[in-house]
Amino acid sequence: MSDHNHGDHGSDHGHNHHPEPLAPVEARVAAIESVLIEHGMFDTEMLDGIVENFEHNLGPLNGAKVVARAWIDPDYKARLLDDGTAAIAELGFGGAEGDHMVVVENTPDVHNLVVCTLCSCYPWPTLGLPPAWYKAPAYRSRAVREPRVLLAEMGTPIPDDVEIRVWDSSAEVRYLVLPQRPPGTDGLSESELVTRVTRDSMIGVARL
Amino acid sequence: MDGPVALPRDNGELVFAAPWEGRAVALAVALVERLGLPWDAFRLRLIDAIADDPDRPYYESWAAALEALVVSLELATTEALTATTPTERPTL
Repeated sequence: MSDHNHGDHGSDHGHNHHPEPLAPVEARVAAIESVLIEHGMFDTEMLDGIVENFEHNLGPLNGAKVVARAWIDPDYKARLLDDGTAAIAELGFGGAEGDHMVVVENTPDVHNLVVCTLCSCYPWPTLGLPPAWYKAPAYRSRAVREPRVLLAEMGTPIPDDVEIRVWDSSAEVRYLVLPQRPPGTDGLSESELVTRVTRDSMIGVARL
Repeated sequence: MDGPVALPRDNGELVFAAPWEGRAVALAVALVERLGLPWDAFRLRLIDAIADDPDRPYYESWAAALEALVVSLELATTEALTATTPTERPTL
């Protein structure tokens, strides 16, 4: 926190920096926050903690660890495909928007793609918050309507003899794609494999 | 504090493009948790807000859904929120 020594704090701004304009939506969110805090619903610290959780704890590195573990350990992979929530919890990940996890496996014959057609449902504990394109109307509609064309445009052409399965997250379930392990990675350790797994491969818009 | 605060990144991309987005998410998550509501209590309003204005920026729809939820739970009226809405960025 910097130190400002001002003579007065009136509307006459005698110092060098100008306050940025407050966008209407930003102001509205501030109003909601202050009303709810006044109500005693929660305090600022609780909100700060939630923001911090999103900014520092939740993200695709979590999902990458799940994938790497599944590649290394066939028994873990079996558990993961059978009960995603429980297997993911074994690695310490869980919570809001991860209560009903289903992990879908890519194979040479099947490519999986995840979307939320109505809003932005996304597995927060394993992938964090969704990227902007995932929430955009174009992705949400085209993923179900023309997934093969969409994937090709996104740089992931899928051959015609590979089935594309699209999973719409609009109900309770949150999906995570288990990408195929890339060739030439047999000698890598689990932690090295973690670095090979991308967020986009766990949504299904990329292959590794 | 002078100058913009560097916003946290994940995967090279900003987690929140602006601090208010993070506040809006935290408010929805905290409210649902405090009141023991299912996430659908918020999510269904988000779906409606998006459908109301599909081209509106995502987090503005989120904020609209949050306000709709708060008002429907009778935690605030639209008028009270308008009266509380700041017009200037508060100085620290």
